[in-house]
Amino acid sequence: MIRQFGLPEALAILSGVQATILLSLIAFVGGGVVGLAVALMRTSERTWLQRCAGFYIDFFQGTPLLMQLFLVFYGLPVLGYKVNPWIAVAIGFTLHASAFLGEIWRGSIQAVPRGQTEAAYALGLSYASRMRNVVLPQAMRISVAPTVGFMVQLIKGTSLAAIIGFVELSRAAQIIASATYKPLLAYGCAAIVYFVLCFPLSRLSMRLEKRFAVKT
Amino acid sequence: MSVNPDQRSRASASADAPIIEIAGLRKWFGTFQVLQDIALTVARGERIVICGPSGSGKSTLIRCVNSLERYQEGRLVVDGYDLGAGQKNIDTVRAEVGMVFQQFNLFPHLTVMENCMLAPMKVRGTRKKEAQELAMRFLARVRIADQALKYPAQLSGGQQQRVAIARALCMTPKIMLFDEPTSALDPEMVKEVLDTMVGLAEDGMTMLCVTHEMGFARKVADRVIFMDAGQIVEMGKPEPFFANPQNPRTQAFLGQLLH
Repeated sequence: MIRQFGLPEALAILSGVQATILLSLIAFVGGGVVGLAVALMRTSERTWLQRCAGFYIDFFQGTPLLMQLFLVFYGLPVLGYKVNPWIAVAIGFTLHASAFLGEIWRGSIQAVPRGQTEAAYALGLSYASRMRNVVLPQAMRISVAPTVGFMVQLIKGTSLAAIIGFVELSRAAQIIASATYKPLLAYGCAAIVYFVLCFPLSRLSMRLEKRFAVKT
Repeated sequence: MSVNPDQRSRASASADAPIIEIAGLRKWFGTFQVLQDIALTVARGERIVICGPSGSGKSTLIRCVNSLERYQEGRLVVDGYDLGAGQKNIDTVRAEVGMVFQQFNLFPHLTVMENCMLAPMKVRGTRKKEAQELAMRFLARVRIADQALKYPAQLSGGQQQRVAIARALCMTPKIMLFDEPTSALDPEMVKEVLDTMVGLAEDGMTMLCVTHEMGFARKVADRVIFMDAGQIVEMGKPEPFFANPQNPRTQAFLGQLLH
């Protein structure tokens, strides 16, 4: 029987947003923490750390997120670890996001003028202080636009979690579309919700950029 | 006013010991040798001006003194710490040696005051309130205390360079290195920076200055060094150095500079 497209159907699609937001948050936080570590390794003075981070970035940038999610979800059980889907996506998205954020932030760290690092050396600052107080605050400003750009991509990328069983925004829209035979309406609703999630982020990025520009 | 109270007690403990000893220093960038067998001894409180054509290795030499550049051969001892003997010595020396750069290198995201407070708080563990007082004291000393809450970009070049001097002084350094401190300044701002440096020299600070300001050299230098092609070509007190340079290369260089 073909269902009508009404308020319950629209709400069903909307309920998918919860999973989308949660998946995005996991990806941001996991990717952010590991990504910072990757960026610091990549800009380290130790060549073996640079190489490890370089290999990591190349691998996860060079393979599709879809494959990465499959590998974690089906690969870990093969190795004897039973993973629940949340753990699997958390690992998958963290690996993916950290590689991209690591590379974005590597570039931003290196874009901070060399003289800043030299001044920090000359004052006797430790590595931790040099990074935390001098280099990273400046790198952060440089990286706002590409970081937010990637985050927006990531929100949209969470739809891939559907393939390992998550009913998030896209999957919810798909279910409703096939039940009502109103794909345009169903996917249109999902698109609007994605837009509502992503648009404020882009706006925030512009405002941050302006604020930093005034300050320096 | 004493720039560094600590300096006096150490100086009296070993008054004759040189504060910098450089012997047989050699450095290469790839296959190009920038420093060739440099030997230089600097006494406490001595003011040295280093001049020479660009690419002569003068900046590289003073950058070796706080290990911004590593060297391949030779010995460099600063205040008893051998820079060839590990990172710990390098860290110690860096905290004891102040440096002023041609491009100021102030931290643009921090206010003038915060620029001055950062190293005392992070390296020496000075508390915030004391670091503020310290910063204000040295900012007043370079006559820029009224700009303490501004960001570097809001200041003129000369003001920024004076802040950079104050920032270095906040670590109460035993030695100050100046790497062409007035070369990036508009002409009308050179004097305010040089005056600040003269003031420092009068207070007894040990100074190594790479500069082409020969007026400054005449006024404060105990010794002037001329470098060319990675070597110290000539070295002497300012009057004979300027009046009667011995080496043809020095003569040629000074001839270009003065006329």
